[in-house]
Amino acid sequence: MITKRIIPCLDVRNGKVVKGTNFVGLKEISSPVELAEEYSRCGADELVFYDITASSDGRKIFTDILTETAGNVFIPLTVGGGINSVGDFDRVLKCGADKVSVNSGAIRDPGLIKEAARVYGNQCVVLSVDVKRVNGQFRVFAKGGREDTGLDAIEWIKRGIYDGAGEIVLNSIDTDGVKNGFDLEMLAAVCEISSVPVIASGGAGSIQDFITLFKTLPKVDAGLAASIFHYGEVKIKDLKAEMAKNGIPVRIL
Amino acid sequence: MTVIVDYGVGNLFSLASSLEKIGEPSLVTNEGDVIKTADRVILPGVGAFEDAMKKLNMSGLREAVTDAAEKGIPLMGICLGMQLLFEKSFEYGEHEGLGLLKGEVRPIVTDPSLKIPHMGWNSLSFKRNHPLFENTKDGAFVYFVHSYHAVNCDDSLLATTEYGIPLTAAVACKNIMGCQFHPEKSGDVGLGILRAFVKLGEGSL
Repeated sequence: MITKRIIPCLDVRNGKVVKGTNFVGLKEISSPVELAEEYSRCGADELVFYDITASSDGRKIFTDILTETAGNVFIPLTVGGGINSVGDFDRVLKCGADKVSVNSGAIRDPGLIKEAARVYGNQCVVLSVDVKRVNGQFRVFAKGGREDTGLDAIEWIKRGIYDGAGEIVLNSIDTDGVKNGFDLEMLAAVCEISSVPVIASGGAGSIQDFITLFKTLPKVDAGLAASIFHYGEVKIKDLKAEMAKNGIPVRIL
Repeated sequence: MTVIVDYGVGNLFSLASSLEKIGEPSLVTNEGDVIKTADRVILPGVGAFEDAMKKLNMSGLREAVTDAAEKGIPLMGICLGMQLLFEKSFEYGEHEGLGLLKGEVRPIVTDPSLKIPHMGWNSLSFKRNHPLFENTKDGAFVYFVHSYHAVNCDDSLLATTEYGIPLTAAVACKNIMGCQFHPEKSGDVGLGILRAFVKLGEGSL
């Protein structure tokens, strides 16, 4: 059986994991490379590195970190942030990324997904979508969730899959940071129309939230979270043990 | 030394890094003469079968790879690289492969509720023992990304993985081996498989 994936997400700025100085554990870890190694040891199935630097200096630091991580961590790596062209795909793939996630870049250039999928294959292109309810509609937001694009999320995702996105990361702005569980209603709506894997993001606060996610929506393929893993509020080992206990297919090391 | 064949298909960074991690000297090359000097050869690959075969043919690397195979040099195909070892593929038409292993590559036809590509971590079920998997336990998880798999390959079948139907996960016949999954992306289990591979030499299989 294919297993449900658990994916920690690392937001990287100026070479450091954001909110990365107070990790629970024996020592503080703010180095993305060390944190990635630790997650891999604990059973993370995949890692997402998100580049939140704006400057070109920052980009260089980010790609250096990516190279070092890919040289030491042998699980799939997805990279996002600042991906606006096929050239950006090339830049991060050469540093060892396996998949590339597009968000605002695909909104600005609706041809980007198709072009990238043609060059690198659908399996390489991840469409990440920030979604918020507006007047009863699931609406796509851009620029880190600050700008309402007016796009209907379901239509946008359908189109992305048609163009060649091989995976969807659905981040619910409504539940993000609330730590009260994933946005099951929004995820159900996306799973209904998605022929490709769906990764749930936004809202995980406890182990139980992941259990509820996979039990309620068996079509969801993976759960993604950031700070609850960084701060040790949820330990991946415990999470996976609990998933297994609940009959959810999971990779145990 | 292990030589990784670079025929312009896919990203070889992780593969080269994983060999470095286990302390194996390796070289990524697009030169046939370098392949001739290899103790072991890895044929990687991501993308479409037809395009990959064209590139192997046009670059002249096909001959170097088949020569190495015929000399008894351990040769391992990974993902698309494994599929290329077979006689033919039915990915978008019908295309001739390297023909080093008996069998053909067909689209995965399984329970329609299961997504294609088969992407993620799945477990290995071994059909027989092989030195390539001396470090790997039955049921170990490895990372897959593929929409096609080898069929009619009973002669070489080593391991399958369950995805509604059993999919061909690993094959071997004498010095020719293949993994449908990515050992270089399969954590410690994958590194264990690579460690076993680099212990193999000419005539050891």
